[in-house]
Amino acid sequence: MSGPSLMDSLFQRSLEDLIKGLRQQLIGEQAFISKSLEEIRKEIKSTDLSTKSTALLKLSYLSNLHFQDMSFAAFPALEVLSSPRFSHKKIAYHAISLSFHDSTPVLLLITNHLRKDLNSTNEFEVSLSLQCLSRIANVDLARDLTPEVFTLLSSNKLYVRKRAVAVVLRVFEKYPDSVRVCFKRLVENLENSDPQVLSAVVGVFSELACKDPRSYLPLAPEFYKILVDSKNNWISIKVLKIFSKLAPLEPRLAKRVVEPICDLMRNTGAKSLLFECIRTVVTSLSENESAVRLAVGKVREFLEDEDPNLKYLGLQALRIVAEKHLWAVSENKEVVIKSLSDADPNIKIESLRLVMAMVSEHNVSEISRVLVNYAIKSDPVFCNEILGSILSTCSRNLYEIVVDFDWYVSLLGEMSRIPHCQMGDEIENQLIDIGLRVKDVRPELVRVARDLLIDPALLGNSFLHGVLSAAAWASGEYVEFSRNPLELMEALLQPRTSLLPPPIRAIYIQSAFKVLVFCLHTCFMRGKSIAPSASLDNLPAGVSASASYESFDDFSVENGADVAVVHGQTCASAPITKESIVNILNMVELALGPLLGSHDVEVHERARNLLGFVDLTKPEILNSSIHENRDSEGKRVETSKIIKLMHDAFSKELGPVSSSAQGKVSLPDGLVLKENLGDLEMICGDIEPPSSNSFSFGSPYEEEKEGLSFSNLQIRDDNEQSNESTSLLAAHRKRHGLYYLSSGKSEMISNDYPPASDHTLQGDINDNADDLVKLTAESLIPKRKPKHGKPRPVVVKLDEVDEKPVAMKQPESRDDSLSGAVRDVLFGSEDIPPTSSQSNLSNSSKRKGKEKQHTDPHSKESAVGDGNSSSRRRKDRSQGKERRRKSPRKNDEERKDADQKEKKKSSGGRHKSRQRAEEPLKVPAQTPVIPDFLL
Amino acid sequence: MGIRFILMVNKQGQTRLAQYYEWLTLEERRALEGEIVRKCLARNEQQCSFVEHRNYKIVYRRYASLFFLVGVDNEENELAILEFIHLLVETMDRHFGNVCELDIMFHLEKAHFMLEEMVMNGSVVETSKANILSPIQLMEKAS
Repeated sequence: MSGPSLMDSLFQRSLEDLIKGLRQQLIGEQAFISKSLEEIRKEIKSTDLSTKSTALLKLSYLSNLHFQDMSFAAFPALEVLSSPRFSHKKIAYHAISLSFHDSTPVLLLITNHLRKDLNSTNEFEVSLSLQCLSRIANVDLARDLTPEVFTLLSSNKLYVRKRAVAVVLRVFEKYPDSVRVCFKRLVENLENSDPQVLSAVVGVFSELACKDPRSYLPLAPEFYKILVDSKNNWISIKVLKIFSKLAPLEPRLAKRVVEPICDLMRNTGAKSLLFECIRTVVTSLSENESAVRLAVGKVREFLEDEDPNLKYLGLQALRIVAEKHLWAVSENKEVVIKSLSDADPNIKIESLRLVMAMVSEHNVSEISRVLVNYAIKSDPVFCNEILGSILSTCSRNLYEIVVDFDWYVSLLGEMSRIPHCQMGDEIENQLIDIGLRVKDVRPELVRVARDLLIDPALLGNSFLHGVLSAAAWASGEYVEFSRNPLELMEALLQPRTSLLPPPIRAIYIQSAFKVLVFCLHTCFMRGKSIAPSASLDNLPAGVSASASYESFDDFSVENGADVAVVHGQTCASAPITKESIVNILNMVELALGPLLGSHDVEVHERARNLLGFVDLTKPEILNSSIHENRDSEGKRVETSKIIKLMHDAFSKELGPVSSSAQGKVSLPDGLVLKENLGDLEMICGDIEPPSSNSFSFGSPYEEEKEGLSFSNLQIRDDNEQSNESTSLLAAHRKRHGLYYLSSGKSEMISNDYPPASDHTLQGDINDNADDLVKLTAESLIPKRKPKHGKPRPVVVKLDEVDEKPVAMKQPESRDDSLSGAVRDVLFGSEDIPPTSSQSNLSNSSKRKGKEKQHTDPHSKESAVGDGNSSSRRRKDRSQGKERRRKSPRKNDEERKDADQKEKKKSSGGRHKSRQRAEEPLKVPAQTPVIPDFLL
Repeated sequence: MGIRFILMVNKQGQTRLAQYYEWLTLEERRALEGEIVRKCLARNEQQCSFVEHRNYKIVYRRYASLFFLVGVDNEENELAILEFIHLLVETMDRHFGNVCELDIMFHLEKAHFMLEEMVMNGSVVETSKANILSPIQLMEKAS
């Protein structure tokens, strides 16, 4: 490819032509762009700088707006940069700031260009190169150009000086050692009266103070002066940001700044400044009651404003206040609750967060009630937002705020029935977790599980499958608390379980197994103690938890006679009779028979287990129910032995297992865990590995529920099943008509059930909001005395896992070295004479004067020697300093020591300076950590 | 760094100006702009001007057919950024005279230059319209 000819240059497309072409779109945008790119690639090789720069300009445009790669133009950009013409330079700088980054290869070549322009007499050239430096500076550029930036910091052209100040931030970040050179000049600019420069300096300090506020405490007097004097709102906002970082570190400073901030709050007309004042007060000055009161008053104005922006920010501010001053929220509770139905989803979420911030163990049930009612009526997104925040708040710290677990478990059940609910997995985890941890809640858990299982409509909702699997597991594991195991059995075997994915279906079958064993066991144990002839009578069911049992004399007891019985009263259990057992055994055979052909290993195996057990016990039960003769007695004993064995196996309680438990098991001798399994792979190479997720075991105590399936084939053995299932379904429908829809026009049901609970969605939201306000009227105020019917049940805790993870220490070397350097400058070399502790703000200016005396000769000297200033400076540093620079590691250690010392003697304390440790004679004996400017 | 990026986007979601104060690759940029535009353009006039996205806060305002979107970090004052956007629009208005989308399209470089006068290293350094525009006017005269 040769370079463009003269003709090409003459008829080069300008940027304007390019844009017009793009707009006309004669050949389609992408085609046009690639055509232009081709041209540009040619033009950019031109020796004519005008052609080159136009090409570069066009490329920048395409890169900025059409995401075209321009890395190939890095070198041409440098060539254009070397042009003497300002308009070329401008284009080159623009292109470079858009496209260069740390790994651009030609970055090294730019240093001299930048240096040349930084020293230019044309202030616009200087400004361009400063602008560019602020975008692309890396460690090398920052280091090499520090002297130039240092000089420009005191340029007499304000236009240049403010840019130099702004660029310092990037230079400090990339090359912390530059702090030693530039910091004092930066501080001097704080006293500059020009608003342009001041705004830039304050901006830099507010960024610096965010990273390490403590280092900048000594500058508090200067900031204070700006805060009081400033007429510019932008500057005031930045200074407020600085104080919100400094005030928490130094109580005296906080006292000092409260007054001016409150004055600003009262007098300012600018909402942005007002908001910054509010935020500063609520985040950093929350100890000061009157200031907080004033701020909350202003927040109230925000909340009542029409402007959604102010409302949003008001809610945000309120959330910060809520941490320490709950009264502020309860004063504004109407607005907060009303905002839950705002038209703006962001405001809704913000008010939801605020509501959640107020939750405590006294009001958790009221608030949750309100929110759940709200979720029912909300759109799906916000509904799940609400449910998610209820779930996470209530489960926080091992259900810290939940006292009444019966309530919470039934709330979980209720939440999973909300039509839009997609939090099934979280609810599943919590149901199982609570079941394992909280013994007292198990009867209620089984009741909730039963209600979920028995409702055929829920099976069609794939979001609920997790919840159902938890319910199935709980009902099997804790079947002894069930009031009617027979009913559970039917629920677990109902035909619509074919809608479940195989792993969950396996859990259903396993649970059915447990329930069956429990029924048989109860029946047989009774049968033993009472005469066998009583078998046709109703045998009282053994529900271990209940105090007394009543027997009924009819056989139709199974149809949920106890649905309405409140837990805690003596419950009337459906008795388990021989008859019903036989029914159940038949039902098991009917329901599981087809599953023997299932392709899912887990389902297949469990179904086979259960059927095998039924085969084993059924003949005996049939025999004994028809006629009891002595012969069968021996066999009978055998059967009951088997049943007892199974029962014992299942009744062993599962406890929660710590996730670190495995680590505690010591490695048996001779077991090599790290042995190379490569050979194995060769042997099994041609065997398809099972899909990755089929082996997921979940958390250890969910082992029961996590079935492992070897294939994810969705098996719908409908063809075989249909006959059986229709008859089963008919039986199910007869028993639990309550849960079926009234219009039973067809016996064959389709899979698309209507949603579980059809709440009317067309309720007037505003009416609701009013109701809610009323509802929560008390709930937001902390209750005077929580009246719990019963004490909070024990929640099993595991030491290792449930502890909060210790916050990881994250060493930020760069920032550390930056703030270290700043500290060196402010505390170390800037040897402030220990002023008397009586010095106050008014005489802090005196101190500043002294400081200046210290700094002046220094800066003069370096201003003179621009080129080799760094070497000179190094010379006039103390020896100790130099040594420290040579051994950075040692330096770090010392700094750490010093930090610790500082912490020990925190407020007003003095610490021995590091210099002293090394060079005891050079520096004044002691330097105060924080100058006493505040007293 | 207060301001992370400034975007101007038209009603159709096409980017008309993009200025980033931290380096993002083209792919990251494309993804980010797509997500933000989708989020913000779906909102109506009655809703507030702040959107949380990833670890940014987006402050945006619509002027005629153009959306001005500014991504800031969490410390930044949202109302001040709204004022900044307004100042930017006023400045452009003063320079172009009733600024419109086409002005920015055809003078992208100038728009960038104005932004560079106002914002450096992610913080606002200049808020006076006269100060922002004087270098541009000088350069126009010179060329």
